[in-house]
Amino acid sequence: MNRYTPRTLVLEIVMIAAAIVFFTPFVILLGVAFRNQDAPRGPFELTWPPSFEHLTTAWETSGMGAALLNSAVITVLSVIGIVACSCMAAYPLARYRARWSRATFYFFLAGLLLAGQAAILPLYTLIRDMHLMGTIWAVVFIHIGSNMPFAIFLYTAFLREIPREYEEAAFIDGCGPVRTFTSVVIPLSRPITGTLVILTALGCWNDFFIPLLYLSASSNKTAPLTLYQFVGQYGSDWPLVFSALLLSILPIIVLYLVAQKHIIKGFASGLKG
Amino acid sequence: MSTKTRRQTITGVRPPVWFLIPAIAFYAVIVVVPNLQGYAFSFTDWNGLRPDVSFVGWTNFARVFDDPGTIKALVNTIVFTLGTMVGQNVFGLLLALGCNSLIKSRYVLRLVFFLPVVLTPIVTAFLWSYLLNPQGTINDTLVSMGMGWAQQDWLGDPGLALGSVILASVWQGVGFTMVIYLAALQGVPSDLIEAAALDGAGPVRRLLTVILPLINGAVVINILLTLTGGLKQFDLVFAMTSGGPAESTQTLGFLIYKNAFVNLDYPIAVAQGVVLTLIVAVVAIVQIKVTSRKED
Repeated sequence: MNRYTPRTLVLEIVMIAAAIVFFTPFVILLGVAFRNQDAPRGPFELTWPPSFEHLTTAWETSGMGAALLNSAVITVLSVIGIVACSCMAAYPLARYRARWSRATFYFFLAGLLLAGQAAILPLYTLIRDMHLMGTIWAVVFIHIGSNMPFAIFLYTAFLREIPREYEEAAFIDGCGPVRTFTSVVIPLSRPITGTLVILTALGCWNDFFIPLLYLSASSNKTAPLTLYQFVGQYGSDWPLVFSALLLSILPIIVLYLVAQKHIIKGFASGLKG
Repeated sequence: MSTKTRRQTITGVRPPVWFLIPAIAFYAVIVVVPNLQGYAFSFTDWNGLRPDVSFVGWTNFARVFDDPGTIKALVNTIVFTLGTMVGQNVFGLLLALGCNSLIKSRYVLRLVFFLPVVLTPIVTAFLWSYLLNPQGTINDTLVSMGMGWAQQDWLGDPGLALGSVILASVWQGVGFTMVIYLAALQGVPSDLIEAAALDGAGPVRRLLTVILPLINGAVVINILLTLTGGLKQFDLVFAMTSGGPAESTQTLGFLIYKNAFVNLDYPIAVAQGVVLTLIVAVVAIVQIKVTSRKED
């Protein structure tokens, strides 16, 4: 049964056909973005030779470069905040078995059940009253706070499985609790930190709703928000719109192709439990 | 000195409790307090500006359930959620079964099917708006296949628009469910499936009686994540249709945004937010309860 039979070949052909259909939107994206207005249109909207005219126009008029940089800054700050806060909090939660510790853990877990739609307006007025409107800090703080339940859940579950002996050894060698944390617990948590970084970085990078509410009128727009406003302006000029689309997804596609193994593994292991 | 105290000094791992402070601070300010405020404000005429708010009882909720627009949005949300849940799980499982075989292209295929998962939903929305527009790729393809009669205004026809948004959503998310199923399938021992095959069970029987029970955990997590994700859907609707045509794609998530930031009707937006939060929580709790009973 572990041989490549004619039936496997049929399956292979069916799967490849499905993948081609599935991938077609990306080919169309390239075809429209590189459309040469003077050439006849081939299959999948591809034209030859391709024209880079729309891409340059989109780059010059959309402000996508600055937006990508801004998205990167917001993502990095958010992920650092999420990892630091949740890893620190999970350490005592995983080690103490007392009632207060369990209660605090469930207090965080309860957040996983909240959809958060009731909190949109109170949070909006809070950010307004704190004079953070239009700043990247509004988005970063909201990302950190709203990711706490999931991140703390992952870290606590992971740290509970790690034997205490490593920390005891560090203690006997004269490490204080903080030193034990930085030089024993953090290095031991590397696998789960990797998973968490992948999941939260993608979530923060692709987030649209929070930047829409807090950065729409500012000069600190993220890539998805810039794209949205650009489309609002040049709506029907599809080659220009698709060029902007392409620019906005280029970094994430490159990153995906380079690190696809880790990204897919991160999704599979982080969301199973 | 008893052995107990000595043991405690040796195992004296005492993580600092103050390590909890940053996480609690962010969580309380960003999540807990605004949510509690939202539940409290849903019983008042709070509008975000006046400091004096007065209690109005169930008035806001009465307005929510008297409003045909909200009921329509609720129905749309349920249709959208069930549509994406079924689509993502059926196709995700089929693709995972295909990728879990001996076919040579399985790693490339996994790469292709997962690719849309890393895209911003806004990008998916604009890409599919183009494919689905009356002069778009889908209609062109139908014409070139000699099926010009099947052309539609996919996003402009109130009867088709919600289905079209579901299609885009499944395309974006199916790689995600596939990866979870694939990870579970790799833990299924192949000799069990071979034994079932020797006993004369066909592929469908094998799937239903051998494979599915063994990957129960993945089924549960996928259904839960697709259900809660579908109920909260905002981005695709916002960018593809803005709830139209004729409110046929208006979901609760989108309606809350519209009432809050376009109509500036804070009380009703907060009350709708409470309703949506309750629905999501109930779905999640019921699912967790049902599955934990199964495992007993």
